[in-house]
Amino acid sequence: MRPERVIGNLEKRFPGEIVEASKDGEDLVLVIRPEALLRIMGSLKGPPYSYKLLLDLTCVDFRRDAGAFEMVYHLYSLDANGRVRVKVRLPADAPLLDSLAGLWRNANWLEREVYDMFGVVFRGHPDLKRILMYDGFEGFPLRKDYPLRRRQPKAVKGNST
Amino acid sequence: MTLEPRSERNTMLLNLGPSHPAMHGTVRIMVELDGERILNSEVEIGYLHRGFEKTCENRTYFNLLPYTDRLNYVSPLINNAGYALAMEKLLGIEAPERAQYIRVLMCELSRISDHLTSVAAMGMECGAFTVFFYMMKAREYIWDVIEFTTGARMTASYIRIGGVRADLHPDYRAALEKAVRETRKVLKDVHGLLDGNKIFLDRTKGLGALTPEEAVSYGWTGPCLRSTGIRYDVRKARPYLVYDRMDFDVPLGANGDNFDRYMVRMMELDQSLRIVEQTAAAMPPRAPIAVGDRRYVEPSEAIRVSRSQRVIGPVRLSPNLEGSEKDVYRDIQAADRRWTLPPKEDAYTTMEGLIDHFLFFMKGRGIRPPKGEVYFSVEGGNGELGYYIVSDGTDRPYRLHLRAPCFHVVSALERLIKGRYVADVIPTFGSLNMIGGELDR
Repeated sequence: MRPERVIGNLEKRFPGEIVEASKDGEDLVLVIRPEALLRIMGSLKGPPYSYKLLLDLTCVDFRRDAGAFEMVYHLYSLDANGRVRVKVRLPADAPLLDSLAGLWRNANWLEREVYDMFGVVFRGHPDLKRILMYDGFEGFPLRKDYPLRRRQPKAVKGNST
Repeated sequence: MTLEPRSERNTMLLNLGPSHPAMHGTVRIMVELDGERILNSEVEIGYLHRGFEKTCENRTYFNLLPYTDRLNYVSPLINNAGYALAMEKLLGIEAPERAQYIRVLMCELSRISDHLTSVAAMGMECGAFTVFFYMMKAREYIWDVIEFTTGARMTASYIRIGGVRADLHPDYRAALEKAVRETRKVLKDVHGLLDGNKIFLDRTKGLGALTPEEAVSYGWTGPCLRSTGIRYDVRKARPYLVYDRMDFDVPLGANGDNFDRYMVRMMELDQSLRIVEQTAAAMPPRAPIAVGDRRYVEPSEAIRVSRSQRVIGPVRLSPNLEGSEKDVYRDIQAADRRWTLPPKEDAYTTMEGLIDHFLFFMKGRGIRPPKGEVYFSVEGGNGELGYYIVSDGTDRPYRLHLRAPCFHVVSALERLIKGRYVADVIPTFGSLNMIGGELDR
């Protein structure tokens, strides 16, 4: 399906929930409202679009310029060889979003990484905890206000096993 | 670690890793056992986390390249290529044709070394030590070719934004032919050693199998996804560099088990060798260098003379810079001089060259892409290696995120070993080819 048609169909089906739609080369770029994330992603995953592969999921800290975190999802359609980038803007003070762990299994670890690095909380995640940093680490290292060279003592508590 | 015994039965918690010979780098698996059977498990990663993404946000676009070497340290040149191509997309430039062929050659040699390492380690863990030694031997020949041109075996930082650092060594063909010949021999030997080996088959056939649907749901790409029978290869789906001119097949598996992952890697080795031969045969020639009276000027003399007059004749460069002479620049570096390092000869002998050199490295100058974002992916040793770069117009990336294929593959490990025996963890884990540097970043 051509990117223009995908945009047209989605805007018809989810009126007012797609904030921006554009193209990056052959790829589709959508900015959607956070409330609609689960429904739009579910729709993109199923037919007729079948973006079945969740390529990537990450976050960008735009609090300084836009006062928001921006979640960035990359989906890929194996049948149509098409990519779509879905972005969701989250308020800086309470970054909370629905988890995609029910739709894609790799979302489990990817969302844990975003939680670990940015402190974004995912509603409905089966086991939201740090993944790369250790238990007891304080702060979120990839936030822009986390100093590059801050050192923290290795935590002892919570490292029971 | 929060794994608690969940069942009523008398179960045992066992800790595998993080520092265990079979744990490929550092990863920890906690398993809950009923006898020898795994009821539950939890994989703990992050032991090799070095803050790659945070570091990159604080380095200039030029300076962060060596960090990409250290992601998948078995195939560093593919990481370089992915980053360089993402940046070229952002800057809107293209490397010259010869540089593109050199890149394809280097990427495929890296893929061969990656797959050789993976199969070697997997074989060794199943008790086939001979396979390990044979494949390491082949890898040495491959790395000889890489070292010939890049000057380093692993952390080469050779593929740069806009091109490559240096031209191919004039005698690389001999080393390449030897490497290809020896690798083919080793592959034949390894097929003979493993394909019908009862011990190996018992530990790989039907074990660690994933259905195509599950593999897609786990975000698998690369050899692991293709072992389930799904035909997705970035080199075919979205050809970059000159892969569309190469004739190669995408080997597929059928069962998605350990054995198929082994087999797909072995068949991909054959295909990569084919691509290597094709690139070497089709390598565009260097533009002819103006011959005449080429009396080389020593650098110290060039600097002394340049204080009062123009230097006549080419400057002899240090052996470290072999292959990056000014004459070959047009073949290995993009034409847009704003984004590439000025030739060393100019920096030594002309005022303009020196100014260019300073401006390239000065804080706040150098490579400054326009505001925007880019996602570009290449086929890495383990699957789709994607760079997501957000630029705010300064000389440092606002955000650089790596889509590490390993991360997705390893996230399925808990599912793969559930209900199996402890002994099955090792070949299953080995067949996934976890690379710590890429997994933990």
